[in-house]
Amino acid sequence: MVKNELKVEKLNLWFGEKQILKDVTFSIPDKKITAIIGPSGCGKTTLLRCFNRMNDMTDNVKIKGKIILDGCNIYEEKTNLSSLRMKVGMVFQRPNPFPKSIFENVAFGLRVKGFKDKTRLTEIVEKSLKDAWLWNEVKDRLNSSAMELSGGQQQRLCIARALATNPEVILFDEPTSALDPQATAKIEELSVELKNSVTVVQVTHNIGQAARISDYTAFLYLGELVEFGISEKLFTVPQDKRTEEYLGGKFG
Amino acid sequence: MIKEKLFKYLTLTAALCSVVFLFGIIFSIFKEGYSIFAEVGFFKFIFGRSWHPTHYPPEFGILPLIVSSILVTAGALLVSVPLGVGSAIYISELAHPKGKEILKPIVELLAGVPSVIYGLFGMAFLGPFISRVFGLPVGLNALNASIILGVMVVPIISSISEDALNLVPRQLIEASYALGANKWETIIRVILPAAKSGVISSIVLGFGRAIGETMVVLMVAGGATSIPRSIFRPVRPMTSAIAAEMGETTMGSSHLHALFGIAIVLFVITFISNLITEWVMRNRGKNGA
Ligand SMILES: Nc1ncnc2c1ncn2[C@@H]1O[C@H](COP(=O)(O)OP(=O)(O)OP(=O)(O)O)[C@@H](O)[C@H]1O
Ligand SMILES: [Mg+2]
Repeated sequence: MVKNELKVEKLNLWFGEKQILKDVTFSIPDKKITAIIGPSGCGKTTLLRCFNRMNDMTDNVKIKGKIILDGCNIYEEKTNLSSLRMKVGMVFQRPNPFPKSIFENVAFGLRVKGFKDKTRLTEIVEKSLKDAWLWNEVKDRLNSSAMELSGGQQQRLCIARALATNPEVILFDEPTSALDPQATAKIEELSVELKNSVTVVQVTHNIGQAARISDYTAFLYLGELVEFGISEKLFTVPQDKRTEEYLGGKFG
Repeated sequence: MIKEKLFKYLTLTAALCSVVFLFGIIFSIFKEGYSIFAEVGFFKFIFGRSWHPTHYPPEFGILPLIVSSILVTAGALLVSVPLGVGSAIYISELAHPKGKEILKPIVELLAGVPSVIYGLFGMAFLGPFISRVFGLPVGLNALNASIILGVMVVPIISSISEDALNLVPRQLIEASYALGANKWETIIRVILPAAKSGVISSIVLGFGRAIGETMVVLMVAGGATSIPRSIFRPVRPMTSAIAAEMGETTMGSSHLHALFGIAIVLFVITFISNLITEWVMRNRGKNGA
């Protein structure tokens, strides 16, 4: 039996009148990589942003259903958004470091939390940078601007930034789509490493990438969860005809 | 083809006119003003503590005027920076779209009120109010001028700061929320620092506007020419000295040259503040801000 980290139950989402997610139900296993694949516009990003309630900020959004994390429905009234987002970190499609120093980028989440202990802060920043495989490249220039880093380094900095609050889950939204193949390979390897300590949910356009790194895959089509299962199985013997067609490149 | 060429040269002429005007102005104030520096001495002119151009012998020390200008302008910024930046933050980050629709044009309308009307308000309402509240014989003083100038400058600071705040990339704001920051923390830690250069230039522009404003200070600042010892003293900033005294001078008199000398000082100050704005704007992006 796998332990589940996140349980999605009958999740429905509308932007205005338009229904984007339809009765999505599945469970994301703990300390594994779960890929969310599907054609452009099918709702992958929207689904991902449900896990840290980032859709709440969009005007005219309506959400029904549950997402259970640590036994609680995150869509309940009493949920503390700030602690939810520290528990569920997010890395975006394009690297988006703050125009601050490398150190301050990583320290951001802790500073917001009111973290005062200087030595502990320095330790956590160092550990997060090491866990994001960036430490060796930046250890001598923690005070220089994050904008001076390359795209791949910036993306790893964003990963370090998300790791600093010690999350249980990290959400990746096509984290490599703006990067070159070398930087992409590095981030892919890093995700695999990360699943030792956190649950990874990764949206990707790239079927090859999902097949390479994910343990489980969810195939989303027009807002519906068509198929969910162990990646190896889903990629070799898809159960649904639509999955088969998508994997065969019918609607890319 | 000919039409195109003609059009090009007509517009070029129009553009060159600004250059001609600028250099014409610079040339004429320097031509009329430089002699006072020679006559009185640069140091004595700028740092002289008494301005008595009509006494015998006349005294041409403009320090009281400079101090008055700086006092009134600093007071104005004390009023306008919190109000201007505050309303920019409210309009760009906190207001509902409806509230924004109402507030924004109102702030912009404030910019369109002629300065003489601000002056009237200061004389007729704020002056008596200040004299009553602080128990002063008259309410026309540096405080009055600071408040009125401050309100005048609010729309400049507000609209330029707001543009800067709106330009902060959505992705940065989302990154902040995704790390657990709330709206307030995001404004303080991400949006304001990222919009820093725009906010600073808005303040420098507001400074230039306030120090150059003439009508309001002429009407409400009181006009005394001694170095003000407090904000409750009547003062005579550089602009109002020029405007008020120009009519009393005679052609070729030292007094006239001294007024042009003040104009040179004023011009240099505003020129430097423009340079600072340029420099701040050009250097943005270096730190991403
Ligand atoms: N803020 C919004 N307001 C209205 N509609 C939106 C909004 N954000 C997304 N949508 C719509 O929701 C649908 C799903 O978008 P989403 O970004 O989740 O797709 P996606 O699967 O991530 O696509 P891609 O692979 O191109 O990133 C799209 O039709 C999109 O137009
Ligand atoms: Mg997407």
